[in-house]
Amino acid sequence: MTDIKNEKDSMPGNRVSDSRFKRSWVKLKRNKAALIGGLLILMYVMIAILAPLIYRGNPSAPNLMKSLETPSIEYFLGTDELGRSIMGRIIYGSRISLLIAVGVVFVGFIIGIPLGLISGYYGGKIDFIIQRITDTLLAFPGFLLALALVAILGVGIKNTVISIGISMVPIYIRLVRGCVLSVREEVYVEAAKAVGTRDTMILIRHILPNVMVPITVQTTLGMGTAILFAAGLGFLGIGVQPPTPEWGAMLGSARSYIFHSPHVATFPGIAIFFSVLSFNLFGDGLRDALDPRFKL
Amino acid sequence: MNRQDKSLLSVRDLQTRFHTLDGIVNAVDGIDFDVYPGETLGLVGESGCGKSVTAFSILQLLRCPPAEIQGTVLFEGKNLLDLDKEAIREIRGSGISMIFQEPMTSLNPVLRIGEQIAEAIRTHKKIGRLESWRLAVEMLKTVQISSPGERSRQYPHKYSGGMRQRAMIAMALSCSPKLILADEPTTALDVTIQAQIMNLMQGLKKETNTAIVLITHDLGVIAEMASRVLVMYAGKIVEEAPIKKLFKDPRHPYTRGLLNSIPVIGRKAETGRRLQEIPGMVPSPLNMPQGCRFYPRCDKALDVCSSKEPPMQWLGENRRVSCWLETEGEQKKFTDKNKMSG
Repeated sequence: MTDIKNEKDSMPGNRVSDSRFKRSWVKLKRNKAALIGGLLILMYVMIAILAPLIYRGNPSAPNLMKSLETPSIEYFLGTDELGRSIMGRIIYGSRISLLIAVGVVFVGFIIGIPLGLISGYYGGKIDFIIQRITDTLLAFPGFLLALALVAILGVGIKNTVISIGISMVPIYIRLVRGCVLSVREEVYVEAAKAVGTRDTMILIRHILPNVMVPITVQTTLGMGTAILFAAGLGFLGIGVQPPTPEWGAMLGSARSYIFHSPHVATFPGIAIFFSVLSFNLFGDGLRDALDPRFKL
Repeated sequence: MNRQDKSLLSVRDLQTRFHTLDGIVNAVDGIDFDVYPGETLGLVGESGCGKSVTAFSILQLLRCPPAEIQGTVLFEGKNLLDLDKEAIREIRGSGISMIFQEPMTSLNPVLRIGEQIAEAIRTHKKIGRLESWRLAVEMLKTVQISSPGERSRQYPHKYSGGMRQRAMIAMALSCSPKLILADEPTTALDVTIQAQIMNLMQGLKKETNTAIVLITHDLGVIAEMASRVLVMYAGKIVEEAPIKKLFKDPRHPYTRGLLNSIPVIGRKAETGRRLQEIPGMVPSPLNMPQGCRFYPRCDKALDVCSSKEPPMQWLGENRRVSCWLETEGEQKKFTDKNKMSG
């Protein structure tokens, strides 16, 4: 019985089916690491959305009387050098981090996907030009590129998003182009052309949906990277600026007190660690679950 | 020129070359033919003889480069090879449509069948989504898919091979083209389904008066469907004949070879004759023999065959052959030689 089913699923042209989605879901559920990652992401998202309900009070308002307090009943995770609740700042910081992650992926999407589609589909000169620009961008380590862009654009949330986003664009271009190269040779693309379908329609309706799986995986993994990059820029003091509660910036300002009050640096560090870990675990799980060759 | 006036599609000296790393491949090497309105023209030949490339060249579905298409393809008075991209796109689907060999892969797995047909309709007609969907369901009904309303909302994986080919035919016919290029439409299907698809195409052709160019290597299918046949060998047309004449009186040795290689059940018992095959292989397109391209495999080869290409001889309307045996002087020599040796 199972043999017959497997054979059917491996037939060409049977790519996306109801059973395929079900199978992917089952595979994802069986992968404990991915499940934990997914739950963590969900937790972060809930915290970000419900921040004002979880923490009442202004996370940016200083209270110098209570500076650098160790964890207590009043302040679960202690306070920082200006007497602000670290828990409150981490809770509100999740909003910033997720906002940056989504923003970065959005920038990568709107620039990377169209360029990748055009590059892969049309080939020729335009492909050559886009690919050489991609090569140039890829020659820099991603973080260095983001750093350089921030140096040009300036600090702040918006510029952090744009800089990290652009540093991720070449990854999307390469990924999409590679997938398009194989999908554009499919008979159904030829068939769509043979009935006169416009190129833009072919790209959007026939090719894009068939390259969405790798894009989805890359997006999930990319969000983890984006949070890490943003924290890195924040740490260096050229990302999101205080008093905005950003995890990396919190870590940066806690640096001075690391021996006296290690908890000030520890808790934002843990927040960064688990958020990036959750996206990576979930992304890896998603890749395995969506890959039809990978059977459990 | 009378022929050309009446014809729907008139191909003259069509040449398609591929610039490959190994050299230039002349996949289609100067072919001429006409398709008349409402007829079914068969295009037969072995794998790799340029049948499919001919169809792809007409619709310009080849990537150029590496392909290079030359000649004239007159469709309703316009040379398709002169048209710009947008104009040729308009012709695809509404003027000339195509059905592909692999029904399993020629539908997009992530789009509903109805949507794919509706999209083809919307490409050429300015109508809304709902209206185009209604027409798509109508088309599915025309190609005899049961409960078309429900079926239109399904994805291709729920369709069997035969049904997918029906859906492809529905898509190809959805903008009522005047000509359909059917590239081995039944090769990938079961024999019983083949017959159904053939009957369907015949019926629809009669209803809509659409001309069909049927590309196949299956002479049985040709015999069922076509009224006129072109035989291709190594990128050239070697013989053209009305269907009955081709089977009764094949003139080119290659055509004869093809006909002899069809198994007939009971023939050996009746005549004691074994199934004949054509010796040798199709020559590599990178290394075509000089003179007649068939001569290394031909059992009736003359001296002249190895040095000069045989001219195309018209033996009547819609009857032509490209073989030295058909030119009078050479035929005499051949019979003389046979007499002498006999």
